[in-house]
Amino acid sequence: MYPAQFDYHTPGTVKEALDLLGKYKDDAKLLAGGHSLLPAMKFRLARPAHLVDLRKVPGLAGIKEEGGSLVIGAMTTHWAVESSPLVKAKCPVLAQTAAQIGDPMVRNMGTIGGSLSHADPAADYPATIIALNAEMVVEGPKGKRTIKVDDFFKSLMTTAVGPDEILTEVRVPVCGANVGCAYMKFPHPASRFAVVGVAAALTVEGGKVSKASIGITGAGTKAVRAKGVEAALLGKALDAATIQAAAEKAPDGVDVQADLQGSVEYKTHLLKVFAKRAIEAAAKK
Amino acid sequence: MKTKVTMTINGVSYSHEVEPRMLLVHFIRELAGLTGTHVGCDTSQCGACTINLNGLAVKSCTLLAVQADGAQITTIEGLAKDGKLHPIQEAFWEKHGLQCGFCTPGMIMSAAQILQRNPNPSEAEIRHELEGNLCRCTGYHNIVKAIQYAAETMAKR
Amino acid sequence: MATARLMGSSIKRREDPRFITGKGNYTDDLKLPGMTYAAFVRSEHANARIRGIDTARARAHPGVVAIFTGKDMTGVNSLPCGWLLPELKVPQHPPLATEAARCVGDPVAIVIAESQTAALDAADLVKVDWDVLPSVTSTARAATPGAPQIHEVAPNNIAFKFQIGDAAETDAAFTKADVVVKKRIVNQRLVANAMEPRACVARYEDATGDLTLWVTSQNPHVHRLLMTAFVLGIPEHKVRVIAPDVGGGFGSKIFLYNEETVCSWATRQIKRPIRWTSDRREAFQTDAQGRDHVTDAEVALSKDGTMLGLRVKTTANLGAYLSTFAPAVPTFLYATLLNGVYAFGAIHAEVTGVFTNTTPVDAYRGAGRPEAAYLLERMVDACAAALKMDPAELRKKNFIPKFDNGYQTKVALMYDSGNYGPCFDTLLQMLDYKKFRADQAAARAQGRLLGVGFSTYIEACSIAPSKVVGALGAQAGLWESGKVRVHPTGKVTVFTGSHSHGQGHETTFAQLAADQLGIPMDDVDIVHGDTGIVPFGMGTYGSRSASVGGTAILMSINKIKEKGKRIAAHLLEASPGDMDYANGQFFVKGSPEKAVPFGTVALVAYVPHNFPEGVEPGLEETSFYDPSNFCFPFGAHACVVEVDPDTGHVKILRYLAVDDVGNVINPMIVDGMVHGGIAQGVGQALWEGAVYDDTSGQLITGSMMDYALPKADGLPMYETARTVTPTPVNPLGIKGAGETGTIASTPAVVNAVVDALSGLGVDHFEAMPLTPERVWKAVQAATSGK
Repeated sequence: MYPAQFDYHTPGTVKEALDLLGKYKDDAKLLAGGHSLLPAMKFRLARPAHLVDLRKVPGLAGIKEEGGSLVIGAMTTHWAVESSPLVKAKCPVLAQTAAQIGDPMVRNMGTIGGSLSHADPAADYPATIIALNAEMVVEGPKGKRTIKVDDFFKSLMTTAVGPDEILTEVRVPVCGANVGCAYMKFPHPASRFAVVGVAAALTVEGGKVSKASIGITGAGTKAVRAKGVEAALLGKALDAATIQAAAEKAPDGVDVQADLQGSVEYKTHLLKVFAKRAIEAAAKK
Repeated sequence: MKTKVTMTINGVSYSHEVEPRMLLVHFIRELAGLTGTHVGCDTSQCGACTINLNGLAVKSCTLLAVQADGAQITTIEGLAKDGKLHPIQEAFWEKHGLQCGFCTPGMIMSAAQILQRNPNPSEAEIRHELEGNLCRCTGYHNIVKAIQYAAETMAKR
Repeated sequence: MATARLMGSSIKRREDPRFITGKGNYTDDLKLPGMTYAAFVRSEHANARIRGIDTARARAHPGVVAIFTGKDMTGVNSLPCGWLLPELKVPQHPPLATEAARCVGDPVAIVIAESQTAALDAADLVKVDWDVLPSVTSTARAATPGAPQIHEVAPNNIAFKFQIGDAAETDAAFTKADVVVKKRIVNQRLVANAMEPRACVARYEDATGDLTLWVTSQNPHVHRLLMTAFVLGIPEHKVRVIAPDVGGGFGSKIFLYNEETVCSWATRQIKRPIRWTSDRREAFQTDAQGRDHVTDAEVALSKDGTMLGLRVKTTANLGAYLSTFAPAVPTFLYATLLNGVYAFGAIHAEVTGVFTNTTPVDAYRGAGRPEAAYLLERMVDACAAALKMDPAELRKKNFIPKFDNGYQTKVALMYDSGNYGPCFDTLLQMLDYKKFRADQAAARAQGRLLGVGFSTYIEACSIAPSKVVGALGAQAGLWESGKVRVHPTGKVTVFTGSHSHGQGHETTFAQLAADQLGIPMDDVDIVHGDTGIVPFGMGTYGSRSASVGGTAILMSINKIKEKGKRIAAHLLEASPGDMDYANGQFFVKGSPEKAVPFGTVALVAYVPHNFPEGVEPGLEETSFYDPSNFCFPFGAHACVVEVDPDTGHVKILRYLAVDDVGNVINPMIVDGMVHGGIAQGVGQALWEGAVYDDTSGQLITGSMMDYALPKADGLPMYETARTVTPTPVNPLGIKGAGETGTIASTPAVVNAVVDALSGLGVDHFEAMPLTPERVWKAVQAATSGK
């Protein structure tokens, strides 16, 4: 199996990469880890005439702490996130999420920027970065801009990153000491994508939830924030009844899609189950 | 538009003009002539094509050869040193961790990373870390045993 | 003593050094000078007429060597069906579709180019003008009024109607029954998914007229015979078929396929070698698939649990064409096994084979026997539930009592030997069944759903004898060949007609031969898989290699020994009748000091200066073994599961297997095959299933991203044991071990899930796999609906 022919570019800077995008427009595709794009190209479902590989652009990979956030370069692999002492210390749920993507070999190549830009509706990261209120930094011909996660996922496999822009950084606020986080997923038996995945980040002050942030992936056409669940938790103690009642709200606002892994009814149910599990796990931390 | 690609595979430098669309696995099999690395699926599920690229186990069917320009690669053929089998190879033989042999090179290359990252994994950890390797013959029982056995022998060395 | 050491020993495999170092020789590894590369243009439609094929743009593509369509292949016949039931409707199956495509993936043209990329690019440029027709993929819908008609020769899409057993006797059993248990049982379609995709290299040598085909085959001689004599009409002796290292088969590499046939034809046209290697998408679309039955079954019982009768009506989906052995699978490999290990009073089964617009269905690991075992074992548990009896007790009550030489079933077969009770008892002990039931009750009290499922199966191996299978419709003999060549130095090469694609013949047959000859195993080599050097052989499927292929080798060894005795007697000036052979020595009975070593006899045979009168020089013997009957391995498996009531997810906690495969050459290898078989059967129970869209005819589960194969993390360590009931059928006492795990495990797992949910009122699943959603819905229906 081989992709259709294309020209291959290895820009040395973001600027050069942007110039290539500007020049070739819809005929160009960015290549990061390639673990979504290359299979699509092998099936010839994707046939970009120009492939712009970001691997030679310096500074796009790496994790650092800056101004209360983890700053993760777009080309940082899932394995780098999963194994990063900094991530494990400051935002363990992100490492835990990364560790549930695909398989070890896929995680060695796949990147956070690639995954988020691709916006597969069953990808793992989106739920967690929604829960963590991350921000995406993109660069375009007009310079840098920051996109809040709630504005990032637009529709099926579509993000707010423009066709002439490149996602360069993900900024994830560091989890405070009183923040409990968890990501729970029900994996597809073959692909290991999330049939449903729910991430929860709960701030508890004085025994009550002062901030609840819940992200959902897998069930619908795009990852979404579970606002109903958040509202149901806010100001409450995390007892069983509260958690159950909040979890019941998980399907609200999710355009649940039926497929071989589940009917709308079943996936709707799973959303509640995994919301509950994610909240319970987050509550324990 | 062909591109010159140079990479070191098992300590030997290979340089070829390739189409950018050439997959790394085809470079390894067709141009370097190292046919131990296999192609078992199209979608990076099966892991038969697993090699080590710059210290990381990767699926060579889901990389372009041009992406590996300048890389240091180890394939199954490069695992034995000075005519002596790697302990994981020994272990797969000893514990009957293979039948038809097709998934085996990828399985062994993946196992090498498992033990590099965790020299003393539990059964559950081994099974979880084998998520990216499919075997249709063994039911995994003896593969897990082989990796456990390799962990023991490597710990003694 | 060498004998005791080799037979029955877990000797490490001699195949492994090449596989663990990446030095295997698979078909796709082969590179020949002047090689060209093939890509097939395939139908994207499930049912469509070909109005025309435009190859002009493709031909102009750089690097294209040749493009052929079905119309170019004049004088080429249909791919044959090798098992002809009475009144079987056999549609044309051209290697390249000429008039119409009948399933997605049906090939219509071959593009041959200087590189694989050029072939693929050019194949993209071939334009087929399709007249798309309505299609049908559903087994249950295929023969219903109004379903699209696929082949003119097969009205209502019916390929055959078959029945076995005694209808009147069965009706009578149901009349006197106290209890009748009825269930619909759907045995879903599976994709074999050997890890190595199919591949071939075909090379025609113009100067000699010789054609060599390297192909991923389980039976190279069968491939050669079918392809030359039936399809291409070229001389069999000018074709050499080599099956080098083959990466798994599970049945899917038995059959003669379009691709190697077309490549073998095309290399004669272009006079250059051609390589074709399937990608996984093609494998999903074109490798013959397995199972796909819809069955209504009913069991007649007396109040005390005696199984009086079994009535079965099955519709078997054969796909778009008749694959090589397709008609045999749902008939003589399925319906004949419906007696199981139970002393049924009467049985009657009807099977209707139907065509659909899907990939052809043929033998997949177990082939018919898993369908029979699944039906029986599911029904036995359903009967136990209906009678409120313990499923273990109901089994024991109905087991056929121990027999050593023959049990006539109600469905034609004569079992060889069996002793089912002790095997099951061993399993119950390993499981600690009583304790499990206590644990289960305790867990239920905490809201945890544990279950155990049993499967006490029988299987039929080494299908034979040829005379009988011929009468049943087989177009081939089912014997095996074994040739033993003793070299002048006493080293031995064994040629077997069996073929290893993972089974480890190079090790086990060397164990067998060295053991029988009393010589070091290192002195024996095994050769297989090459029609150029191996006598005609039938290959490997149906768990036949050790029992049939092994016996053929044994027969040749015995001939070697007899000839050796005459030579040794001559050297010792003794009478051949007084000679014996043991531990690598020919010796005079009662005088072991009067001995000649095997190696000396070998040398003398080739340097016959001092040689007995009337004996030919040389030491090489060939035998063909045609068994007198099938062999019938049996066993008892148990699976323990926990079901997550919130998600329906099933976790396997324990898996236990006690198998009786007769005598065993290499326990390590047999255990390995049992393990792998279990995993495949678990795969059917929980994860695997080929799903077609019944409107478009597209295979929805067409990649490993969608079709869920068993992974390491879904399976436990297997607890295995054996009882040994040697078969009287062959002198080795070996029954067969390659498929037992697959046959046994599917019902064990499903029964375990049903058992786990039995407290909620779930008593059956009509369909597999037991996906989390199916399990969850069953729980919902049982708890809310009642």
